[in-house]
Amino acid sequence: MVLTALFFYLFAGVCIASAFMVIAAKNPVHSVLFLILAFVNAAGLFVLLGAEFLAMILIIVYVGAVLVLFLFVVMMLDVDFAELRQGFLQYMPIGAVVGGILLVELVLVLFTWTIGPDVQQAIATPAPPIARMLNTEALGHVLYTRYVYFFQAAGLVLLVAMIGAIVLTLQHKPKVKRQNIADQIARTKATAIEIVKVRPGQGL
Amino acid sequence: MTIGLGHYLTVGAILFTLGIFGIFLNRKNVIIIMMSIELILLADNVNLVAFSSFLGDLVGQVYALLVLTVAAAEAAIGLAILVAYYRNRGSIAVEDINLMKG
Repeated sequence: MVLTALFFYLFAGVCIASAFMVIAAKNPVHSVLFLILAFVNAAGLFVLLGAEFLAMILIIVYVGAVLVLFLFVVMMLDVDFAELRQGFLQYMPIGAVVGGILLVELVLVLFTWTIGPDVQQAIATPAPPIARMLNTEALGHVLYTRYVYFFQAAGLVLLVAMIGAIVLTLQHKPKVKRQNIADQIARTKATAIEIVKVRPGQGL
Repeated sequence: MTIGLGHYLTVGAILFTLGIFGIFLNRKNVIIIMMSIELILLADNVNLVAFSSFLGDLVGQVYALLVLTVAAAEAAIGLAILVAYYRNRGSIAVEDINLMKG
């Protein structure tokens, strides 16, 4: 139990500290790297909560794909980031006010809530005990049966996002030569070669 | 010393606040704004998984999975828009993105 508490404070502390560095770092590349650290530590928190599948998804899909995509874009765009940081302190007061109000509200909610008495009856899909079924297996049993339409909708969202990203970034440059197979096949002997008789001593 | 639901909710609340704070703090840098949105969604996921674990209901984890999917799609589309905008304008300053207003 002490070990669990120790790991909770380790993961939570590193997660919050790196989340703060995400918004405070000067260099956006450092921001992305701190965001990766925050997500990895959040995955550690998920493991502590018993949600191993989501933890692995968070590391593999989120850190491995989405945040690396962020890193690519940050490195690809040649932007003067120092110029973008001007006015950083100018927005500090209003940001501090809004963030402070929000944090106070959340803390007020946090220390006054109670779990309702009929919550236990309202549980739709109770998690099976870990001795009988692992988290991944239990999630699969639920996701592919009861929530299969949500699963399909999530797939559709990803498909639309993929098509949208391709459409937005695809560009046809007029100078680039591309292979046109129909043109190549349509060539005949008559259009391809021309026989020129050259008399000796004369050029063309 | 036992870690209860409140501890995880506190982590989620702090992450959420940091995300909101980041949006206000980096008003000009759209990449950091998108990273702040990712932080907000991560805070949501921490809350969902914490409730799912402590109440013994798997729906929270299913929902967290859907949130992850939507967040990934949002990041991909957002970065694509950013790249297209950078190609057209040569900068990513947020206050220049008002050319389409009537």
